[in-house]
Amino acid sequence: MPIWRAHPWRTAFALLALLFLSWLIVAVWPEWLKDILGRKKTFVNTLLNGLTLAGLYFLVASGFTLIFGLMRNVNLAHGSMYLLGGYIGFEAAAMTGNWLFGAALAFVALALVGAILQIAVFRRMQGDDLRQTLVTIGISIIAADLMLAAWGGATYQFEPPEALLGALELPIISTIRASGEPVFIKYPFYRLFVLMAAVAIGVALWLFLNKTRSGMMIRAGVDDRAMLSAAGVNVDRVFVFVFAIGAGLAGLAGVIGGTALSIAPGEDLRYLLASLVVVIVGGMGSITGAATGALLIGLAEQFGLAYFPTYGVVLTFLIMIAVLAVRPQGILGR
Amino acid sequence: MSALARIPPGWWALAALLLIYPLPANDFFTVQIGAYSLILGVIALSLMMLAGLGGMVSLAQLSAAGLAAYTLPIFGANTQDVLGLGFSAWVTIPLALLAGACFSALVGLIAVRTAGIYMIMITLAVAVSVFFFTRQNYAVFNGFTGYAGIAAPSPFGFDLRRPLPFYYLCLTVAAGLLLASVYVSRSTFGLSLQAVRDNPRRVAALGYSVALTRVYAFFLAGLIAAAGGILLAWFNGRVSPATIGVDVAIDILVIAVIGGLRHPIGPFIGALAFVLLENFAIDLIDRERFNTLIGLAFLLIVLFSPDGLLGLWEKIRPNRRRPNQAPQSGGAKT
Repeated sequence: MPIWRAHPWRTAFALLALLFLSWLIVAVWPEWLKDILGRKKTFVNTLLNGLTLAGLYFLVASGFTLIFGLMRNVNLAHGSMYLLGGYIGFEAAAMTGNWLFGAALAFVALALVGAILQIAVFRRMQGDDLRQTLVTIGISIIAADLMLAAWGGATYQFEPPEALLGALELPIISTIRASGEPVFIKYPFYRLFVLMAAVAIGVALWLFLNKTRSGMMIRAGVDDRAMLSAAGVNVDRVFVFVFAIGAGLAGLAGVIGGTALSIAPGEDLRYLLASLVVVIVGGMGSITGAATGALLIGLAEQFGLAYFPTYGVVLTFLIMIAVLAVRPQGILGR
Repeated sequence: MSALARIPPGWWALAALLLIYPLPANDFFTVQIGAYSLILGVIALSLMMLAGLGGMVSLAQLSAAGLAAYTLPIFGANTQDVLGLGFSAWVTIPLALLAGACFSALVGLIAVRTAGIYMIMITLAVAVSVFFFTRQNYAVFNGFTGYAGIAAPSPFGFDLRRPLPFYYLCLTVAAGLLLASVYVSRSTFGLSLQAVRDNPRRVAALGYSVALTRVYAFFLAGLIAAAGGILLAWFNGRVSPATIGVDVAIDILVIAVIGGLRHPIGPFIGALAFVLLENFAIDLIDRERFNTLIGLAFLLIVLFSPDGLLGLWEKIRPNRRRPNQAPQSGGAKT
């Protein structure tokens, strides 16, 4: 049944909200709206920042949710993988001068690390949630300390590739000057690239999971691991493969996020928490859920920062608690 | 046989050792090692109550302790010129205990709908949001600085601030809570809590309220944590958001797990090991790499002795195992 038949009111409401939002973006704001929301430039910039951050969160959280969804493996070292990916990518990019090479190397290196972690640690304690959690906490403590030893406490910032430098003038009018000429909103091109990359990777993941044979195996494993194994699939190999992809995505996100923002000690914890919250809100084990959660959390964080600066950080966690109180399995969880 | 005669001689020896410990020790060993281990042990005991008896790992117990610690300078006296309502310790201490316990019960209300890794993540998120809230809120929690000038009271002219009295205060509180925990674990409530841990469905079928049992466990654990928090505030003389940071919350988990979650004495053993490592690791390796050392110790214990140091002790003397320790029945595994 199409969605507008199943939930006519909800669909109508969502369409109306979408229309209103696009009007907010496209229209030149009348005075009364400025009185409520402040300057339009702030609003649009916050919206774009929120979307960019959501893209980044999605990249980190999609790996986390894949690993959890398929294997019930709780990898609390996921944030460390993000940070390690950032550092490795930074070193590689600094050595070769090629940003893309850094990103690719970070993906491959972290995929390897993930595969090793799966074989050496998680396979030994399959099904023991608490021990996995504790072991990965131990690993992340050690990893954070060793990375601090290797790269110090300094903040690293990547140079994005030259093609992505500079700001883009968006076809969105912020205000009209007294002289009558419109002022357009500018936005850094690289940040839009982050958003596009996240969408592209999200679509690719969705296609891979829903349209290919390997994706079918993974989804079957999420639903019933024993049955998949009985059907003659080497489940262990699927596990290693998914773990490698998830870890690699975290490493790639480290490079992309390190370029958009920066990498420094402590970022591991931040992104671990972000992916935890995103995955809890969106629903464990679902790519669409991770996307929904990332959108909600990214936007909430940026709008919180812009409009309620004091308690903006708390807003994220309030959303999480509210979602849990109503739907403990997450918005799109099963 | 009287109840006193049934206590194994080892416990009497331990009590005597702890009582005469300050005699040979100097102030540093009495307070920085002795009292501090006891305080950390009390906070970890709160986690052990939930995790060991109830199978619920909560990382928000340090937040409960922290809120209790904050209650003292807010309602009592501080040197920060913010609030400090000036009530006497007879008012602030019960208030602090109540605040910690109620907060913990509140966390329990949110968290008991979930289990396992979900509960770890929710309580972690609660801990983070409390941390950020106290850091951002200046009206009540005095933001980043927190409060200083918190001093233990001197009831009837007896100064509890001096090293020796403070050590005995901590020892009394810790021993009292330890005995209370042993009592609770053998009481009807403790048994029903363990039954809920092993098979909630069966307990519900017997007519018990699973949620109520769990929330009450959170309340009791909050009382313990609050007592630890009060001692911690007196020990440091100050409380700030850094006292309740995520890294410290994870330290508490590390302490509880290193010690062992099977018996209330475990957290104290873990705390002693942690404090000794923290203070003397500098002699073994570079002080900077303390986290690697503690992480490795944690990892080794989780990997090879899931019951912590206590479990190691029992492995060394397997023939002395108590006869009533029946093998755990199935059903806990899911």
